[in-house]
Amino acid sequence: MSLLELEGVEKAFGPVQVLRGITLKVEAGEVVGLLGDNGAGKSTLMKTVTGVYAADRGVVRFAGEDVTLLPPGERRRRGIEMIYQDLALAPQQDVANNIFLGREPTRRLWGLLPGHVDKARIDREAQAMVDRLGVRVPSIHIPVGMLSGGQQQTIAIARALTFAPRLVIMDEPTAALAVREVNSVLALIERMAADGIGVILISHRLNDVFQACSRMVVLQRGTVAADLRREETSMAEVVSYIVGAHA
Amino acid sequence: MTAVIRAPLGALNRALGRAHVRAESLLVLVALVVVLSILSPVFLSLSNFFNILLATATVGILAIGATFVICAAGIDLSLGSVLGLSSVTGAAMSAYLGLPWPFVILGALAAGAAAGFVNGLTVAVARVPAFIVTLGMMGIARGLALIISGGQGIYGMPPEILFLGQARPFGVPTPIFILIGTALIAHWVLAHTRFGHHTLALGDNEAAARATGIDVRRLRLMLYTLSGLMAGLAGLVFTARVNTGDPTAGLTYELLAITAAIIGGTNLFGGRGSILGTMVGALIMGVVQNGLNLLAVQAYWQQMAIGTVLVAAVWLDQIRQRGRVL
Ligand SMILES: Nc1ncnc2c1ncn2[C@@H]1O[C@H](COP(=O)(O)OP(=O)(O)OP(=O)(O)O)[C@@H](O)[C@H]1O
Ligand SMILES: [Mg+2]
Repeated sequence: MSLLELEGVEKAFGPVQVLRGITLKVEAGEVVGLLGDNGAGKSTLMKTVTGVYAADRGVVRFAGEDVTLLPPGERRRRGIEMIYQDLALAPQQDVANNIFLGREPTRRLWGLLPGHVDKARIDREAQAMVDRLGVRVPSIHIPVGMLSGGQQQTIAIARALTFAPRLVIMDEPTAALAVREVNSVLALIERMAADGIGVILISHRLNDVFQACSRMVVLQRGTVAADLRREETSMAEVVSYIVGAHA
Repeated sequence: MTAVIRAPLGALNRALGRAHVRAESLLVLVALVVVLSILSPVFLSLSNFFNILLATATVGILAIGATFVICAAGIDLSLGSVLGLSSVTGAAMSAYLGLPWPFVILGALAAGAAAGFVNGLTVAVARVPAFIVTLGMMGIARGLALIISGGQGIYGMPPEILFLGQARPFGVPTPIFILIGTALIAHWVLAHTRFGHHTLALGDNEAAARATGIDVRRLRLMLYTLSGLMAGLAGLVFTARVNTGDPTAGLTYELLAITAAIIGGTNLFGGRGSILGTMVGALIMGVVQNGLNLLAVQAYWQQMAIGTVLVAAVWLDQIRQRGRVL
């Protein structure tokens, strides 16, 4: 049983067929690079995994269970986390609340009233997560919109890692990062894989992908054009699949 | 603004931050009270204070509904009309159907919640823009109120209902208790529950709310229903105060409610706001109105004053957002 199994996933937006039957497997502890030209359908495919988009046809199986019809919240509870290309942060809410967005812990107020969001715990645990990741933010109490692009990206990463994920999908997680931060994200991916977390990395930086991923899947206009092991391929071959020059 | 006002404002703001109230709006309120106390000898008295709160009660309760919806980047233009519909529905329970007084309460609240639920369904499920949906409901609810009542006021409420509007337990008019109680609960809900957190997140970035697993559809449905329920409660209080189910009650009140929320610091585009802030906004409007009345200024000027306060409040807010110092 693979951690994630996609079978014949299709998705269209109106008349535009974006995904044309994608079949793909990801194992626990495996780091898979998802590559392809702009508009190949990478982000769309991953959103059918998190449930943000419903697949028109096909099956999404996670840890052996069919999750195709489940909403995003339920899939998150089962351990699917994604760092979205546009980060999906709430700019006016503070850093800590963003990390716990949708997963706020509650307690009883004065031991009576249930459902009181435990802000102290959110702050404490968010701070711990930020420290653990070595994220440099002025304070976890400021609105996320006041952070730099790179800082926001690290907050999105922190959110994905806070709830013991089993699969982490990263959509261009290093696009806005400086060299030092890129390296720490790559090291982080390695650690996650060692912990048995499945990782899907979407990136246009082939160097990063070759360093972090043991397998590479290339999408081409909504179909899987290639599924290659790192040892058996080369950057030149991957590029030729991405640009569609491969026979 | 100069640094001279900025520093103390910053300190005050941090202190108020925990209560989710903006310093500027509170400062404006205090300044108004000081000025009016000097200008009018009767302004600063307990009985006048109750007058202000009593006059604020109906719009204040509506403004609670407006705040929730606006925080979620929505809008509810039907608040005033739904108030009218609730007033008539509640009164009809007793006057037309001869039902005992609890049905007046039930009728008013249910009419409000039902109208809000229909708004919510149309916005959340049918995905029609909230501006259009609630503009439509504004006409529908008002029309329905006029049809039910035959265009006439429905007079004669049972004494238990009149108690809600006209009694003065401990010397304080009942509507004030209702306003304060509702505001405190609503404040807790918006600031300290997951529902509140999710409401602000939805208004801030809907895609983020969706991606983090928040059930956006259900949340919207609940928000508009809540807004309608607040209009129902406001309708009940109105009816009890004037002893009449009035189909024209609450005309243009939605604009006053939205104004109170915005003056109080709610972001018109969603993602930020608090109920205590809205209460300060509603009080500012009440104080302006009351003060100008005491000074025997024509009602026409009051509208101008409120309009000016609204624009000034948003302008101040933008300065603050740009400066990001306070
Ligand atoms: N919500 C949407 N509505 C309509 N079309 C969409 C939507 N989302 C994506 N598309 C279309 O689907 C196609 C694939 O988009 P997608 O974002 O999945 O590409 P991608 O591989 O992630 O590209 P990039 O490398 O630029 O991020 C594009 O042609 C895009 O226009
Ligand atoms: Mg993409």
